Formats: sequence, structure tokens, C-alpha cells
Amino acid sequence: MSKLTPVLSAHWDEPDSFTLAGYQRHGGYNAMKKALDMDADAVIALVKDSGLRGRGGAGFPTGNKWGFIPQGDNKDHYLVVNADESEPGTCKDTPLLMANPHVLVEGVIIASYAIRAKHAFIYIRGEVTHVTRRLLQAIEDAYKAGFLGKNILGKGFDLELTLHIGAGAYICGEETALLDSLEGFRGQPRLRPPFPAIAGLYARPTVVNNVESIASVPAIIEKGAEWFTSLGTEKSKGFTLYSLSGHVNNPGQFEAPLGITLRELLELSGGVRSGHRLKFWTPGGSSTPIFTDAHLDTPLDYESVSAAGSMLGTKALQIFDETTCVLRAVLRWTEFYKHESCGKCTPCREGTWWLVQILRDLENGKGTEADLAKLLDICDNLLGRSFCALGDGAASPIMSSIKYFRGEYIAHLTNGGCPFDPVAATLFASSKAGA
Amino acid sequence: MASAPKTFDENFLSRLDAIIARYPRSRSAIMPMLHLVQAREGYVTAEGIEVIAQKLDLTTAEVNAVASFYTQYRRTPAGEYHVGVCTNTLCAIMGGDAIFSGLKDHLGIENNERTADGKVSLEHIECNAACDYAPVVMVNWEFFDNQTVESAKTLVDDLRAGKKPAPTRGPNSVPTFKEASEVLAGFNDGRANEGIQAGDPTLLGLKIAKGERK
Repeated sequence: MSKLTPVLSAHWDEPDSFTLAGYQRHGGYNAMKKALDMDADAVIALVKDSGLRGRGGAGFPTGNKWGFIPQGDNKDHYLVVNADESEPGTCKDTPLLMANPHVLVEGVIIASYAIRAKHAFIYIRGEVTHVTRRLLQAIEDAYKAGFLGKNILGKGFDLELTLHIGAGAYICGEETALLDSLEGFRGQPRLRPPFPAIAGLYARPTVVNNVESIASVPAIIEKGAEWFTSLGTEKSKGFTLYSLSGHVNNPGQFEAPLGITLRELLELSGGVRSGHRLKFWTPGGSSTPIFTDAHLDTPLDYESVSAAGSMLGTKALQIFDETTCVLRAVLRWTEFYKHESCGKCTPCREGTWWLVQILRDLENGKGTEADLAKLLDICDNLLGRSFCALGDGAASPIMSSIKYFRGEYIAHLTNGGCPFDPVAATLFASSKAGA
Repeated sequence: MASAPKTFDENFLSRLDAIIARYPRSRSAIMPMLHLVQAREGYVTAEGIEVIAQKLDLTTAEVNAVASFYTQYRRTPAGEYHVGVCTNTLCAIMGGDAIFSGLKDHLGIENNERTADGKVSLEHIECNAACDYAPVVMVNWEFFDNQTVESAKTLVDDLRAGKKPAPTRGPNSVPTFKEASEVLAGFNDGRANEGIQAGDPTLLGLKIAKGERK
């Protein structure tokens, strides 16, 4: 028996897994029926008891977020699902929604009922046409089945669900920028407080949750909080999707209890690309400080990854072997942050620009060792000093790579340029996959 | 207020109204409306900005401010097939850089340019959430997974020759830029049931758990 625990992914191998019939064949929408028979506060309590934490990166307890919505305030409440999956390395929500959009729709109904929202939105990035189709169809089918709209299942609960499609802006994955974008503005983050729970969409109480968080709710309602807490670690409960990519023999999605290690995942999946060894990796996307082979046994849960100096993030495990130039990798991420900086705050707008200039020089063998100190100084002015976490994300790869691979930065200077052959790192260079 | 530019027919204008009706507040409709303008025009035209401004009772400057923030809204016409090569770190290293430079040479165009026949435009794109299928090429935002320099060249040749290749994970044939933009404006084209539910990497963990794969 492997350590894997397919729940969300349990039926993805059935060709019609994305249809209403395919979903209902395995009890789909039963959790909704169960939840609508419960008191809304009891639904919130159950999700709180399960210990489910946000799967979008921050790890905030989902039930607590729901509990912050003021009740009896006579205001409209909103649920907004963040499906703007754009963090480099992150590729879990997109395959989930392609294989089973209905589990998200069911989670949306349950969560909206719990927080007393009558209108919910799914904000999906604009660069995934087929996933958009599948969601549009799933929402249409759910309306036809009477699971959305007026007086759902005759229980007196009304819910409209609107799919909102983005247009290419990483920053809209930041929840307050997402709300500005959904209101029809440029996607720039808002000052907090007030938090979305008090003044979110249209200044009304709003819950913003990640796709995977909401998609995890139906199983929790069906099987109970105790089942969920029996999986995972003491403070990181349940199962989650780990996405393995890069220089591995078999990349892919792995649903496992929180706390599994990279070593275990690599053993299951066939290991690092044959003939090569692990050099560095991200535990949860490019914004999480990189790890090395010294962290193979770090349990991949919120606390352990944090204690080891990074963040669990989106559990996007990007694996790079010894053919990869760490400076090239970091420069490319930094160019990404520069491109995606919304320009609202000075440290991020200016800082990312200068970081790119300095890193480009270093990659070309120009500059001096003093430039490393300058990089770190700029990072120091980004980390924790930017308006939102994009600035933190931009600083993380640079700070962590200098910590572990300072010598490689210097080697670019002594070598007069990059000492690596980029061809050796490609997929087609690998004899196995390139065949 | 002036009437809508004459270039837009009633059907188009009524679909703009249908978008507005999705939201509690009209301004929220601006992004899908911009996608719908691209579905009709191939990019965001001045007339498109104007009609949105009129519908939403905004100034054209306000609409422009939004349109210019998001990279998918184009100021110049896209090709019939807009080809995006992921050159974010992981795809770049796995071969995306080689694919992108190979396509530039092959097509004789630079980033964000279009071939003279109007068939293909090329852009290097950011992470498209398919890292387990790297290196990834998108055509009108449909997935073409695990590309090589050669397979990508064949792909653009096929697109220019009027063949409509099937994405790896997507509908049975790739839509045009305008057709895809209509989906992104939130109009279901009825093709959700086409194509596979998941590729092999998506299913890897499940198959291992079920003992179907080691």
C-alpha cells in the first residue's frame, strides 16, 4: 500500500469524470443535500473541526474564515473562489477542474449556504480555455438539475453562481487584487484592514477561498471531521494535492496526507531524472524559498516546511537536477515578478526592476561580488515592505539561492558567463523522455 | 450620450447586455466585455472600448485603463492562432527557451508579432499551470503538452496550412482566436464534452495508489 490517499482525484481515471452523471455516479451532490439539511452554523463548525486549512498557499483555517462573516447584518454576502492559478510551478487546480468541475460547484453551494451568500463567483484565469468550457458546462448542468438558482432542492436557499474569467495577471491571485479585478478595475491589492470578511466584494462581507479548499469541503461533509483529522499531521490535517514537475522521471499529481516527504514522493514516482541527482527544488511554487537535497526528509506540512525556512505554499514541487543553472532559474523567476508587479507600491515596482538588471549582469559574467550584497539589500527592502506578498515572493528565490549556492553566482563572474549548457537540462536531452 | 458605433450589430450589443446581467453591479462586466470585443475584432479596438464605455456609463479612459492592465487584451490583431510558449523557469529549462527561439526562426517573427498571412502570432507566456506537462505550448489558450522544437514547428506549420490539430487536453480541434475569446467572454460553445478528462501525469498518483502502476 502506498501512502497516497486519492479523494479529490479518486475518479479522475473515468472518461466522463467531468460530467454531472460521472460525478453523481460516485455520490456527487450528496454532501450538498446533507449540508442543506444542517443548520448553516453547524456546517461552519464542522469545517472548523476538520482543521481544513487554505490550499492556495497561506494555510489559513477555512472554517475560521467562514466564521468571520458577520451574521444577521442584513447585508449581501459573497463567496469568491480563487481559480486564478498562476504561481509558477503550480498546476493542481487546473487539472482538478478539467477532470471534475462539479466537485467545486458542490463545494461552492455548501460554502455559500454556510456563510449565507446568495451570489458566488469563481474567478478563473483567462488562459485555460478548455477548463473554462468545462466549468461553464458544469454550472449550466447544475442549474438544470436544480442545484443552483431559486429555492434549491426546495430548501428555500437561493444561489447564483457566476464564472468570471480573467485576462492574464498573476497579481489577481492575491485576494484583494482579485476583488478589485472582479469589480471591473485594474487588479491591484487593497490595504487591509478592512479584511474581505468585513468589506470584500462591493464592500460587502466576502469569503475568498482557493479551488482546492472549496473542493475539499464535500468530502468533509460526507465523511465527517473525524475522518479528515485522522489524516495528516497534528496541525496540518487532511489530504492534499502535491504536484511534481521538472527533472523527475514521472511528473504528475499525487494526493497524499499532509506531512509526506519529497523523498517518499520521489520513491513513488520513479525518482529524479535517471543518471542525475537532485540539486534544488521549490516546496510550493516560485515564491517559496528553495530547498536542496538536505530537505528531502522535511515533512511537507505547513509547520515543518516553515520551520525549515520555506513555506508549503501551493505544494508545487518543482525539481531541478545538477544540469540546471540556479542563477538562470532565479533570473527567470525575477523577470516574471517584474512583469507581474502591478506597480502600486514602490519597493516592488522599482525593486523587481533593479533585481532583474543586476541578475542579468551577473548571468553574463559582469559585475562584482559586491552585487550579491546589493541584491540582498534590495530583497531586504522588498520582503515585508511591499504592499502585498508579491514582493515577498520576488525576494524569496534570490535570498534562498544565494544562501545555498553563493559559489555558483561567483562562478559566473570567474567564468565570464554561465558555466552551464542549457541543452543538457532540456526534456529532449533526456534519453528516456526524449525518445 | 452618443449611440453605439455603427459597426456593432444588435446581436453583439445584446450579448454585451447579457454579460452585464450576470453581475450585481455593471462595472464587473468590463473584463468579459473586452473578451467579447476580441471575439469579434481579434483585438481590443478603439470602437470596442467606446461601446463598452457607453454600455457601462464610463469614460473611454476608464475602460482603457483596465484593458491595458491585462496582458490578454491585445492592442494589435492576434493571429488566427495565437501561439504562446511558456518560458517561465521550469518550462524554459525543460526546453521552452529552445522552442521559443526555434519558432521565432521558423516563422521569421519576433515576440508579439504576427506572420504576414495573419495565421499565427507568437508570444512568450508565463506559467500556464501545466508544469507536469512541460514544456508547454498554448494555442488560443488550449494545451499542447510535452513539446519539442520539432513538434512545435510542425504544429505551427499545420496551423498555417489550415489544419486544425487537436490539443493534447482540449477539444477535438483547436478553435480560432476569436472562437476561443468567445468562450473567455463566458459563452459556452458546447464543446466541453470533447477531449480527454485527464492526461497521464494528472492520473499518475491515482494509478499508483490503485496499484495499476509502479
